[in-house]
Amino acid sequence: MIHISHRLYPLVLVIALLTSSCVSVKEFQKGKLNDSEMTLTNRKVEKAELSFQSYREGSSGANAGKVGGGCGCN
Amino acid sequence: MKRNFITVFALLAWMKAYPQNQPADSSGYEKRKLKIEEVNWVSGYYTQDGNNSAVTGGVGTEELTDFSNTVDLKLIKYGKDGVKNNLTIEVGLDNYTSASSDMIDLSANSSASSADNRFYPSLSYLRENDVKGQAVGGGLSFSSEYDYFSAGANIHFAKKSKNRNGEFTAKFQSFFDQVTMIKPIELRGGPGRRREPRNTYALSLSYSQIINPELQVVVLGDVITQKGYLGLPFHRVYFNNTSVRMENLPDTRLKIPLAVMASYFPGGRVIIKAYYRYYMDDWKISSHTFNLEIPIKVTPTFSLSPFGRMYVQQATEHFAGYGEYTIDETYYTSNYDLSAFNSNFVGLGLKYIPLRGIFGIKHFNAVEFRYGHYTKSTDMISDVISMHLKFK
Repeated sequence: MIHISHRLYPLVLVIALLTSSCVSVKEFQKGKLNDSEMTLTNRKVEKAELSFQSYREGSSGANAGKVGGGCGCN
Repeated sequence: MKRNFITVFALLAWMKAYPQNQPADSSGYEKRKLKIEEVNWVSGYYTQDGNNSAVTGGVGTEELTDFSNTVDLKLIKYGKDGVKNNLTIEVGLDNYTSASSDMIDLSANSSASSADNRFYPSLSYLRENDVKGQAVGGGLSFSSEYDYFSAGANIHFAKKSKNRNGEFTAKFQSFFDQVTMIKPIELRGGPGRRREPRNTYALSLSYSQIINPELQVVVLGDVITQKGYLGLPFHRVYFNNTSVRMENLPDTRLKIPLAVMASYFPGGRVIIKAYYRYYMDDWKISSHTFNLEIPIKVTPTFSLSPFGRMYVQQATEHFAGYGEYTIDETYYTSNYDLSAFNSNFVGLGLKYIPLRGIFGIKHFNAVEFRYGHYTKSTDMISDVISMHLKFK
């Protein structure tokens, strides 16, 4: 069985602090947020490195990518 | 390589022949044709070396190279109600060489196992309704190599908040894999090669939120369950009585990764992107991943992105090194990817998006390169270089 580690508490605290300080941002104010470098998903150019990391490490997931399928396990 | 160039430039020529800007129609009827939104070509070259191969029981070369290529074609069509329909077709082909796989037969030198190809096509559809602020979609994927086959399906849903500052996303993925039981040569016997199933089900949830005009965050969480044959038949384990067996791991696994990612653009030329993930599973592996990337806009069209990643992992309870197991263990592996270690990954990205296209070619929209060097505390090192060409 998995039990939630106390190490997650700082993560929860950071998320709570950030989301509680939100302001409503209008479309015309999103110039910086729409910059191509600001994207919150993986970029295509990162595909090879995310792939080898998922094979060479015991962890995977929570990076908006593929979480199974294919072996590549040599 | 040459074939990839020809394919991409043929698509480019086709896009030039059928430009996206249609002439105005005075009748008031708007033509809604299927058209090419973008074409992406991504190549990567990966090389690694180390001395803890699982094929030889946790000792021996880990030398490996992988040359990967994917091309995707994104097509769009607007419906009468303003709904945007996206269809993406992707084809990938990897060619890899592996010195450790060559040791499935310990006396072999450059045997059939030393190199292979992996072919992985996929198809996905997404229906975006901007008025409602929601999107639904699904996809199919396949992956095939000599000893492994995978078929996958997924569904996707996204909904924006009323003020369009937040977005909830849910995705469910399933993979139905078949592992061909190629055992180490000294452990073969009995009937011919059989296949064992490995099924994966993954629910991914995320919520992104704009905090202010310069900062946004996303929280991600997955629940992944696996069932079936979860080891690899050609991984050897040597026991303390000098006997050898193939790796044996539990036939179920539950993984839970949780992550938060933020991007911050305070102004000027610098952007800060940070990512943290905590991972745990019921094989008792846990890990922390921290990633920091700082894109610097050298000019409005050219940016440099130095990045660094730190990773710390606790070992699975089923891991032990060469000759460390007693013969009465139920589960055993000497795969150092499941051992305790830490790793670092550092590198640099370059991105160029000229206003008038690369080399003046209007549809050759962007080019991106990225190099990274990876070191693992188990004395494994690797390098990866990637390229992304975008045609729009």
